[in-house]
Amino acid sequence: MATNEIMTINMGPQHPSTHGVLQLILELDGETVVKATPHIGFLHRGVEKLAENRSYHRALPLTDRLDYLAPMSNNLGYVLAVEKLLGIEDEIPQRAKVVRVMMAELTRIKSHLVWLATHALDIGAMTVFIYCFRERELIMDMYEKLSGARMTSNYFRVGGLSLDLPDGFEQDVKNFIDAMPGHLETYEGLLTGNAIWQKRTRGVGYISAADAIDIGLTGPALRASGVDWDLRRDNPYSGYEEYDFKVITREGCDTFDRYTARLDEMRESCKIIQQCLDKLEDGPILADNPGVSLPPKENVLNSIEGLIHHFKLVTDGFKPEPGEIYQGIEAPKGELGYYMVSDGSANPYRMKIRPPSFVNLQALPQMVEGALLADVIATIGTLDIVLGEIDR
Amino acid sequence: MSQAVVAKLKQEFPAAVLNTVEHRGEITVTVNKDDIVTVCTFLRDSAGYNFLCDLCGVDYHGSEPRFMVVYNLYNIETKERLRIKAAVGEDDCCIDTVSGVWSTANWPERECWDMFGIAFKGHPDLRRILMPADWDGYPLRKDYPLQGPNRELYQGRLS
Repeated sequence: MATNEIMTINMGPQHPSTHGVLQLILELDGETVVKATPHIGFLHRGVEKLAENRSYHRALPLTDRLDYLAPMSNNLGYVLAVEKLLGIEDEIPQRAKVVRVMMAELTRIKSHLVWLATHALDIGAMTVFIYCFRERELIMDMYEKLSGARMTSNYFRVGGLSLDLPDGFEQDVKNFIDAMPGHLETYEGLLTGNAIWQKRTRGVGYISAADAIDIGLTGPALRASGVDWDLRRDNPYSGYEEYDFKVITREGCDTFDRYTARLDEMRESCKIIQQCLDKLEDGPILADNPGVSLPPKENVLNSIEGLIHHFKLVTDGFKPEPGEIYQGIEAPKGELGYYMVSDGSANPYRMKIRPPSFVNLQALPQMVEGALLADVIATIGTLDIVLGEIDR
Repeated sequence: MSQAVVAKLKQEFPAAVLNTVEHRGEITVTVNKDDIVTVCTFLRDSAGYNFLCDLCGVDYHGSEPRFMVVYNLYNIETKERLRIKAAVGEDDCCIDTVSGVWSTANWPERECWDMFGIAFKGHPDLRRILMPADWDGYPLRKDYPLQGPNRELYQGRLS
């Protein structure tokens, strides 16, 4: 057999380390990747088309199903976008804002835990996987207490929140963030100094800052290439300007630095959550705007006016004035953006989602070409992609 | 600041800038589609808009020209956003690619082709991306049925 033969192999869409249904066509020269071509779209459900045919309140549950590892971040981006379209950002009560930030940060930890678990498992570290899922389960329980669902939370509302925090919830959060730094140390103890981990991650999936900006990387993947950019600090939303936290950057541009950056991000998230608990005061959870906010459930169930109010808002919806806006948030995986166009009707005329994973995955070919086949697995893991939001 | 960029843009390309709208504090500049690459290159090199957040199409079915291609730009230095739009007609449904300006544009332009049938001239790899390669029609066009082609309209609840 000739030694210079290029072999083409299929990786995925049924492959455990592709994190869903990603197909990669790899052209290999021995163990070296010559060319990688991603194929996506296996999970395409037409979320943007569906949203054009629903009113604004009823399009919200669709967003849970984008990045299904971080549903509340998707909800947050959507409700902020609609609130901006309506021009009611200033009417959102303080309590709702604080709870939104708290849940968005818990979601960040939850998403990063799945990233670390699966990334480590792909590279061969089974123990970390079990530990991360143990901690993630605690956040899932909080999700369930809050919204009734573990994955598809649908908890935020345009104008505020659907429900107030249940009794004892703050204590659960407190217990979690008190224990979390210790858990993070456990993961680091298992991985950071580990010789196999070091060999599999250092220098792997290198991407320079200039290339990362050109290809559009965002989130921890961009910050580990030395670009100091975080939308929570630079274009604050939902009151992030009131919190004190560090933006974690690294200079190594490789898989190892993206790993340490995400671990430190979880520590910062714990600090933000502590500040949320300190800020949390009693108060309304929905904007006092009857044309937009759904009425409280006790009104709907006990008075005819409340029932009619609810019915009108759900069936007719509200009608933002014509115009277009873009709202970006710092989701766990990068910039999640919603570009909304209103034509003055009750349905979004166009809702374009900018999923962070879609753009981040685009960088994969240039990060793996010339590397070894085994490094492809590590690079997919370090990009932290979710096919639900890539395919929409 | 964004206002200053718009003024600069108007001064540099008086014929290319067709319209400027401000809504909820965000500026949208509509430019002539033939000048899209020159305008984008200018914005990247001389105005600091080094990051393309998003690129997408919008179908204004019934109006002429029918489509808009929308570019959401970001300046990492000054943390500012700017939106550029270019109208594309149905008969001459194509526009020059900006993937030479920002590599990010590659996949979003493929998606725009896939969903709206807007072709990007000079694109290195213009294939469908989310729909299967042999798919007929462009799903996000307003005249494309929600339930898909050749299927009965769904009679039950929509949601």
